[in-house]
Amino acid sequence: MALAAFVGLNGLVLVYLERKVAGHVQRRPGPFEVGPHGIIQPLADALKLVGKQLFTPPRGDKLLFWLAPILSFTPIFVLFIPIEFGPGLYGIDMDLGLLLILAFAGFNVLALCLAGWGSNNKWGLLGAARAVSQSVAYEIPLLLSVLAISFMAGSLHLGEITAQQGSWPWQWNIVTQPVAFLIFLICGVAETNRAPFDLPEAESELTAGFHTEYSGMGFGLFFLAEYAEMIVISAVAAVLFLGGWKGPIVDGVWWFLIKIYALLLLMMWFRWTYPRVRFDQILNICWKWLIPLALVNLLVTALVMKLV
Amino acid sequence: MKRTYQVRHYKKQGPQSVAAVVADFFSGLWSLVVGLRVTGRNFASSQVTVHYPRQDVGEEQLEGYRGHIELVPKPKDPFTPKCILCMMCARVCPSGCITVKMKKQPKEEPAEEGAKPKKAPKEVEKFHLNYNLCSLCSLCVQSCPVSSLRHSRNVYISGFRKEDFEMDLLARLHRQAEAAPKKPAPEKEAETAEAAG
Repeated sequence: MALAAFVGLNGLVLVYLERKVAGHVQRRPGPFEVGPHGIIQPLADALKLVGKQLFTPPRGDKLLFWLAPILSFTPIFVLFIPIEFGPGLYGIDMDLGLLLILAFAGFNVLALCLAGWGSNNKWGLLGAARAVSQSVAYEIPLLLSVLAISFMAGSLHLGEITAQQGSWPWQWNIVTQPVAFLIFLICGVAETNRAPFDLPEAESELTAGFHTEYSGMGFGLFFLAEYAEMIVISAVAAVLFLGGWKGPIVDGVWWFLIKIYALLLLMMWFRWTYPRVRFDQILNICWKWLIPLALVNLLVTALVMKLV
Repeated sequence: MKRTYQVRHYKKQGPQSVAAVVADFFSGLWSLVVGLRVTGRNFASSQVTVHYPRQDVGEEQLEGYRGHIELVPKPKDPFTPKCILCMMCARVCPSGCITVKMKKQPKEEPAEEGAKPKKAPKEVEKFHLNYNLCSLCSLCVQSCPVSSLRHSRNVYISGFRKEDFEMDLLARLHRQAEAAPKKPAPEKEAETAEAAG
């Protein structure tokens, strides 16, 4: 329940934040009319989405079509379980937390695939094909960069990795693993299908890609899942590279939230800065740059760990 | 004569040196930072839009705005347009949206011997604009020999029926003259009385 509330609330906050950031980057106020400074706008949006008719495309596969948004959204809760938000503040204390997150994050690919296939729509299918090739490609450097950290920590336990880092910024893993952090960040943006890597939905070419046919909360669930995944990616990045809930002066859950939100804001900043990359470019960046770089980084890490 | 074309031959890219690739990589990374700086600066600067129903666009921001046409009054008589009824505007209008009608003139009085017959001055009876048809090409404004037409700065024009955009410009001129301050300065006159709508 707490997780559902957390995800839902964060979804609302992030929708609002995203639109405000977009507005201010374009030097306009963003949402302004509903509530003071448009603060109730996401709630109004949610109400509108809930009120919309749920439509299944004729000759689409009804089961797969509606399974997709559910499959995209529900595994998100599993992703939050092993994350340690504060000292002793976690769902389940597990040794393979990192592995669990990485494994369940892959569900999203399946969901997008089903959404594209079930839509009986060629744009949807093309979007799904792109989603799969992109997500599969970017999962590799993501795993490799995470692996470098777990080499150093000697553990896949998120609490353990946090515990090994100090309170001050120079004691965090980002200092020893800047390349891994960069790779993780890029892959995180790509995995969550955020701009500039939002090719699966590329609304200008694909008329919204895999969710072309979704109306109302079908689309809403994908939307919410995207934001929830952003939070997970930011949280994992905060744990692995930025010292988790540890911070200067007083450790605690607030440091974790500050770090998550700083990373989320950075991702939004990316979105309103960079143009969408072409599909061949996206794969080139991954296969020609990130994977070799991540491999080299991993080798160097292993070597240093062995020697020191 | 036989033409010759210069064909530019692009050098076929061979394997680049490692240094070049690395330099390219870092300059690419730096360009990303530059991009972030641009949007970050915009994020931090003030807004350029106005909250429309609460705020109006300032007069100075409407400099050069070309709304529908309006009549320019005589400098001495703000109720009478400068128009001399030459009909150039109506004739030149490609969409035929201007209708000008002259007031019926009184019959010529029999002139005295030797003197020229005195004509009564022409008066505009109706100056009608169908803004639904107007393409804002500005030909009427340009072709008016006495500069009796200009573009208004009426930004807030809206309506629910097409009749809302059929305008009696003469009546509009009268409204403006009534709304205007009593004695406007001659140079400023061209700018005044937008308030009448």
